[in-house]
Amino acid sequence: MRYLPLSDADRSEMLKVIGAGSVDELFRDVPQEARLTGPIHGLPLHASEMAVERDMKTMAGRNMVAGEVPFFLGCGAYRHHVPASVDHLIQRGEFLTAYTPYQPEIAQGTLQVLFEFQTQVARLYGCEVANASMYDGSTACWEAIGMARRITRRPKAVISSGLHPHYVSVCKTMAKFTGDKLETAAPELTAETDAERLVATIDGETSCVVVQYPDILGRIVDLAPIADAAHAAGALLVVVNTEPVALGLIKSPGEMGADIVVGEGQSIGVGLQFGGPYVGLFATREKFVRQMPGRLAGETVDAEGKRGFVLTLSTREQHIRREKATSNICTNSGLCALAFSIHMTLLGEKGLTGLAKLNHARACEVAERLSAIPGVRLVNDSFFNEFTLELPVEARPAVHAMVEKGVLGGVSLGRLYPDETSLATGLVVAVTETATAEDIQALEAALKEVCQ
Amino acid sequence: MTAVNPSGWRPSTPSAGEGGAPTVTGNRALMLEEPLLFEIGNRDQTGVDFERVAGGASRLGGLERPDLDLPGLSEPETVRHYTRLSRQNYAIDLGLFPLGSCTMKHNPRLNEKVARLPGFADIHPLQPQETVQGALECINRLAFWLLDLTGMHGVAMSPKAGAHGELCGLLCIRSALETRGDAREVVLVPESAHGTNPATAAFAGYRVEDIPATRAGRVDLEALKSRLGPDVAAVMITNPNTCGLFEPDMKAISDAVHAAGGFVYCDGANFNAIVGKVRPGDLGIDAMHINLHKTFSTPHGGGGPGSGPVVLSEALAPFGPLPYAAKYPDGSYKMVEEESAREEHSRTFGRMTAFHGQMGMFTRALTYILSHGADGLAQVAEDSVLNANYILRSLEDVLDAPFAHSGPCMHEAIFSDKGFAEGFSTIDVAKALIDEGFHPMTMYFPLVVHGAMLVEPTETESKAGLDQFIAALRSIAERARAGDESLKAAPVFAPRRRLDETLAARKPVLAYKTPAPDGAGSGLGAHIGGG
Repeated sequence: MRYLPLSDADRSEMLKVIGAGSVDELFRDVPQEARLTGPIHGLPLHASEMAVERDMKTMAGRNMVAGEVPFFLGCGAYRHHVPASVDHLIQRGEFLTAYTPYQPEIAQGTLQVLFEFQTQVARLYGCEVANASMYDGSTACWEAIGMARRITRRPKAVISSGLHPHYVSVCKTMAKFTGDKLETAAPELTAETDAERLVATIDGETSCVVVQYPDILGRIVDLAPIADAAHAAGALLVVVNTEPVALGLIKSPGEMGADIVVGEGQSIGVGLQFGGPYVGLFATREKFVRQMPGRLAGETVDAEGKRGFVLTLSTREQHIRREKATSNICTNSGLCALAFSIHMTLLGEKGLTGLAKLNHARACEVAERLSAIPGVRLVNDSFFNEFTLELPVEARPAVHAMVEKGVLGGVSLGRLYPDETSLATGLVVAVTETATAEDIQALEAALKEVCQ
Repeated sequence: MTAVNPSGWRPSTPSAGEGGAPTVTGNRALMLEEPLLFEIGNRDQTGVDFERVAGGASRLGGLERPDLDLPGLSEPETVRHYTRLSRQNYAIDLGLFPLGSCTMKHNPRLNEKVARLPGFADIHPLQPQETVQGALECINRLAFWLLDLTGMHGVAMSPKAGAHGELCGLLCIRSALETRGDAREVVLVPESAHGTNPATAAFAGYRVEDIPATRAGRVDLEALKSRLGPDVAAVMITNPNTCGLFEPDMKAISDAVHAAGGFVYCDGANFNAIVGKVRPGDLGIDAMHINLHKTFSTPHGGGGPGSGPVVLSEALAPFGPLPYAAKYPDGSYKMVEEESAREEHSRTFGRMTAFHGQMGMFTRALTYILSHGADGLAQVAEDSVLNANYILRSLEDVLDAPFAHSGPCMHEAIFSDKGFAEGFSTIDVAKALIDEGFHPMTMYFPLVVHGAMLVEPTETESKAGLDQFIAALRSIAERARAGDESLKAAPVFAPRRRLDETLAARKPVLAYKTPAPDGAGSGLGAHIGGG
């Protein structure tokens, strides 16, 4: 077995040192009736690297690869070009095969990266501090609601209808067990968001208002009035972002008054990967930091006075506080945070702004062309790189029909909201820098045909 | 165990404090200092090129951003920045990483190659299901391997890490109890448990109570039985436990918990010791998470991403989360989501995460499993247990091994700081191991052993590597017993000496702040060159 260095001679020699006659003796605490006597029956035995690779490749070959077809899916996961150096660097063994930096003297690489990552996220979101990452955007969103409850000691979260439905589902699942109250609604196919409803719903019980920016339909709403209304009632504003590239062009949630900003960082550096692993971003005000979940890297000095970094404020965390911790999170998404940070370093302000402009320009062009198709209506007044179309036909079968033509043409709202018949004609189209002129042409032709 | 190094080569070790003259840069040959990105990058620099966009339409709702203040670097500078930083990390690729309870085994590179195949890496989670049949097959095949290896009934694949898996298991238990109209309030957790166990139970709305342990480091079955009653929802047990011991009464514990109407949650963090040898389902367990980043070798990546599928008993499986990948008689696969849940999975407690879980970890774990097969996995367990016992028996004369008298350990050996000279503790031993070129073991965990040192070598270490580690730890243990003051200075050869964690917590600096132009602001930057 190529991954096991011990030889039979090693094994016998070691058993002698241990004073055991056989390896089985080492398992003597396991009751005989629970012990398996050979390889589990019916399962395959070990295989060569070549054979395994062939097997896995066959499965991979049964998928339609986004990069090989005209591709326009978004709704929480976006296809962007990731520079080659990102994947090269994250595969350095010193990053890839290190553990959580519990021994800071020999983990300064990871710790400095996390400190830089936290700073990048805080600046991108317009906040004072960010943590070292969460599992993904949806779990970060739930953690933000829990944090708002701890800060305000109030039970109710008012959730915008523009929040990603999977994120809403995660919050509903958790709230069932924690007793939090959630005010939710399904979106409508209108250019206006439900900002006014949110403001009207805030009351003395409200811990926070949760708004996605841009929202699930791609709409962009001014957060400042919602922040003002929340603050006036003693509640917090939680802003969720699923497309960090947008923040290269539109105002940061922090500068519009958000108290907690969370989101999905997948767009920068991580890739689609069928939904995971991704990287949850989490930022807030300095005064709330002790209520924040997750790991934090902080600056300090060593015994010789040299600058160094450590994991800090761990008295919030499960391994110290146990049942009184702010969250049960332990492992986060370190390697994806590294990928995010490297990609963000390559971009810098100049690159991120350039990337965002390119995305927006492409999306504006595509929105204009697709909404010119007879019967197709553009729902949005505002959007970044993703917008919603109302089709003259149901969107779900339209998506499948476009697959027949080799086009991945968008996400149907019917898939995300199976119970909302009023959304069945909605199609969300995302356009990034990866879409070529030919791709756009193919999408336009395919959509035209399926709408007839 | 005579030769420290089998080739006979012996490094010449400079004595501590022998530093030579300071260098202008603060560098020491291959040990290179690296400033922060914010000290070397600037807002006008970038490492990517984009085609120019002609000005034109803007549909941003009048919310244009004025500036960002994110520094960039060119590609060569970026590669150098991160390469230099990487070299300040210890990693499995460099040597033994015996962090107990973390299973730091070799990460096969085929797994990395497979995970990057475009057919897995470049597919969108919301693609129509007919375009991702291979991905669904991959998840489904891994799910069935996990069921076969554990002898369980169902598996939830979507939890993102071990703690998320624990939560999944407890939510299943609470759902099952609520369905039968049985509100219970208490979850019993041993004192020796990982901190995530009580944190998770509290999150799921339960009051946490300790389970007493025997002096032999096991659950006290009689004491547990007497505590069971109609208020106990579940018992959370780690098996093998965090003292590195198998719970021989596991089946009896499960039977007693079931008889009292509760459920048994098993923390599967230590599954590596028994994979292919023992099936948790045969021990009466109702739910157990499996850390794919431990037993199944997906890389730890400096703190994640992990993946924590949860295997479930017949009683709990109906309550598992959405979505899951199902196989149908015609050979097709389907991701069962909200839409079809009403017909196919009506009692689910709901969704735990957006999309379907850690696909990138599933591909790696399945590759690992196919490489090992049923025989290789059993060998993994055997060699991991053999390596741990070899360390235990090779060091028990110089390090106190509190449970060694009661027999062999499983895949990790535990020692205490008993016998060290006054004023010496586990941390001194750990930091001295750093100077010897090893990552330290887990320190001060579990809490039930004084000054605990939990050593988990894993099966991917050679005997020669273990011998070198044993020789180093033996020498350090002897110095700790003798009260060798030089231990207190360790590490001296690492990129940094011991770091001031109290300062970090008292005055948290969690993000870089650009110093004021007059040089006020953080003065720490001056120490980069150090020394």
